[in-house]
Amino acid sequence: MAMDKLYEFLTGPALWITVIIFVGGLAIRLAWLFGLSQERDKPWHDFKSAVWAWRSIIHWVLPWASVSSRNQPVFTGAVWVFHICWIGVPLFLGAHNMLFDEAWGWSLPSLPDAVADWASLAVIACGVFFLVRRLSRPEVRILTSAWDYTLVLLALAPFVTGWLAFNQYGPYGLMLNLHIFLSEVLLIVLPFSKLAHMVLFFASRSAIGYEFGTRRGARVW
Amino acid sequence: MTAEAQKAADEAQENAAASPETEAPKPVNVGKIKTILAANEGARMRMWLSICSRCGLCAESCFFYLAKDKDPKLSPAYKAIHTIGKMYKAKGEVSREFLEECKEVVWGQCTACRRCTMYCPFGIDIATMIATARAVCYSQGIVPDGLARTTENIRTTGNQMAMATEDWIETCDWMAEEYGEEVHGLEIPMDKPGADYMYTVNPREPMYYPQDVGMAAEIFHVAGLNWTMPSTGWDSTNLAMFAGDRVVATIPVKAMYDKALELGVKNIVITECGHAFRSAKFEGPYWVGIPGGKPPVPVIHSVELFRDIMREGKIKLKHKFEHKVTYQDPCNVSRNGGLWDIGRELVNMLCDDFVDMTPNREHNHCCGGGGGFIPMGPPYKKRRMESGKIKAEQIRATGATHVIVPCHNCFDQINDLNKEYDLKVKVVSFKEIITEIMEIPESMIPPEEDEEEAIQAEEEAKEAIEKGAMEEAGEVQES
Repeated sequence: MAMDKLYEFLTGPALWITVIIFVGGLAIRLAWLFGLSQERDKPWHDFKSAVWAWRSIIHWVLPWASVSSRNQPVFTGAVWVFHICWIGVPLFLGAHNMLFDEAWGWSLPSLPDAVADWASLAVIACGVFFLVRRLSRPEVRILTSAWDYTLVLLALAPFVTGWLAFNQYGPYGLMLNLHIFLSEVLLIVLPFSKLAHMVLFFASRSAIGYEFGTRRGARVW
Repeated sequence: MTAEAQKAADEAQENAAASPETEAPKPVNVGKIKTILAANEGARMRMWLSICSRCGLCAESCFFYLAKDKDPKLSPAYKAIHTIGKMYKAKGEVSREFLEECKEVVWGQCTACRRCTMYCPFGIDIATMIATARAVCYSQGIVPDGLARTTENIRTTGNQMAMATEDWIETCDWMAEEYGEEVHGLEIPMDKPGADYMYTVNPREPMYYPQDVGMAAEIFHVAGLNWTMPSTGWDSTNLAMFAGDRVVATIPVKAMYDKALELGVKNIVITECGHAFRSAKFEGPYWVGIPGGKPPVPVIHSVELFRDIMREGKIKLKHKFEHKVTYQDPCNVSRNGGLWDIGRELVNMLCDDFVDMTPNREHNHCCGGGGGFIPMGPPYKKRRMESGKIKAEQIRATGATHVIVPCHNCFDQINDLNKEYDLKVKVVSFKEIITEIMEIPESMIPPEEDEEEAIQAEEEAKEAIEKGAMEEAGEVQES
């Protein structure tokens, strides 16, 4: 019973709060940075160019499209798989879309469950690889703080708990609530942490695209 | 002095530079630091400081890191986090000891080459962050002596080597005379209004290598350019930029822009120097405060002008350059200037046997002499030689006998590396190659000496006749 009540809370008011903080947080951060840029980042605005923003972004969205990403091909592959699955699974999971449909009478196409299952495992596997890499490469370890490890674990937590719940390993009710709770924590933390690179990646890459491309005619990938 | 003795002396100086000051440390002006940090805390800086995901991809882009057995403390992210990152975190409330430590990092372990920027997935501009850290250190008088000296020179005289205007003009006249002996009619036009090109130099040219001025004049004259040398605003270099003094950095740029506008020239040409190009074309407009961020007159690098001259056939070659060459992409000409292809086009027009370094173009490694390193002088020479190992290996691997270098800092550094690593190469500028192999048109070949003598004798005779005639006329008048 307690689990049901918790579930109701987590998918009710807590979800609303989460969505508001997640969307609002990102929107406010973006708007605030944009405002600040007009005052203090003149080159950004003087050299704006959709072409250079696009070139700067696409060479880092596609795997192995930049020299740097080719220097560490395995890591790049893992990063790519991780991000695609990290975004794709929650959006296109059948179970999530049933909830979307229930709530709004509208849903996204659903991935076959088996694919989503493997994709979740891929996220976890890549995440473990990142942690191992972080610990084993001196130049990465020296940069890593406790908060960095926490963020990786937090980014993985919904996938671990979701996968366990989906496959009914462990106590289902607890696992499901844990999954929802940790996902909400993740979404609340995201706009205010470096995970905000979810949107700031595009801003930052555009800025450097203008700086090198429009301003200097030089590539930056 | 033997090489070893020199090395020992350098080391001694380096140790002296590194040892703590004996006097009581001066307090830190936190207000000033806060002001600098705030002025630079734009949207980009905030993003860069907050989104770095500590992936470590920047490490392998850095030649300091590579040259020192991948010391993780030399990775660009580490250097940024432990200097500018800490300054922001402490909101400017930092100690003098901390800033002294920062000095060794931001000047002694970074040439602001911006290679790491290219290798960062988020495009975090670490070199720009380091530049802000330099400005903070500088504001507290913490800066390598060599850069402090040159900055003071700029502040008091307008050029980094404190050369007097008369000396500059005299050097140009002298070179016009010298090179006029080889190319008939050669002159160095001073302050010519409406010229197509206003040529600007690095003060070391008139001070120590005046032939650089002469060679440029020779090329421009043979190519038939409508060009001029400015009597003021002729120093396009800007070491105050690397010292972190943006107020002084404005001085030479403004003088150059003002002169170009006063003369109404069509282009400002930058000598074979990398950071001068960066200062004049990209950074200068912001220091001077030109809306839009572009210089008031188009700024072009020598590499571009030489390429155009060659492409348009304004200069004919006797033959191509007969040695195996490689090309050093200066960071501020290629990676930060976008001219890597133009440089190669020019090399290929002049030379038959060209082999590229690996990596090359915008990915080329800094020589190790950029970002103010060369003028930082002996206290930093040892580490300049150590970190230059990467460049030395790159050059050796090409098997070239000549390295073409369109940048004065790279030029000095590669010359030093040549000795240190026994590379057995000759470092040359484009000017040297062009003047060596170009054809002097017949109309510009000075008359042979006896021919000249004959002409002189003829003129003397004429004069004598005229004089005689005058005297005669005088006599007539008198009578």
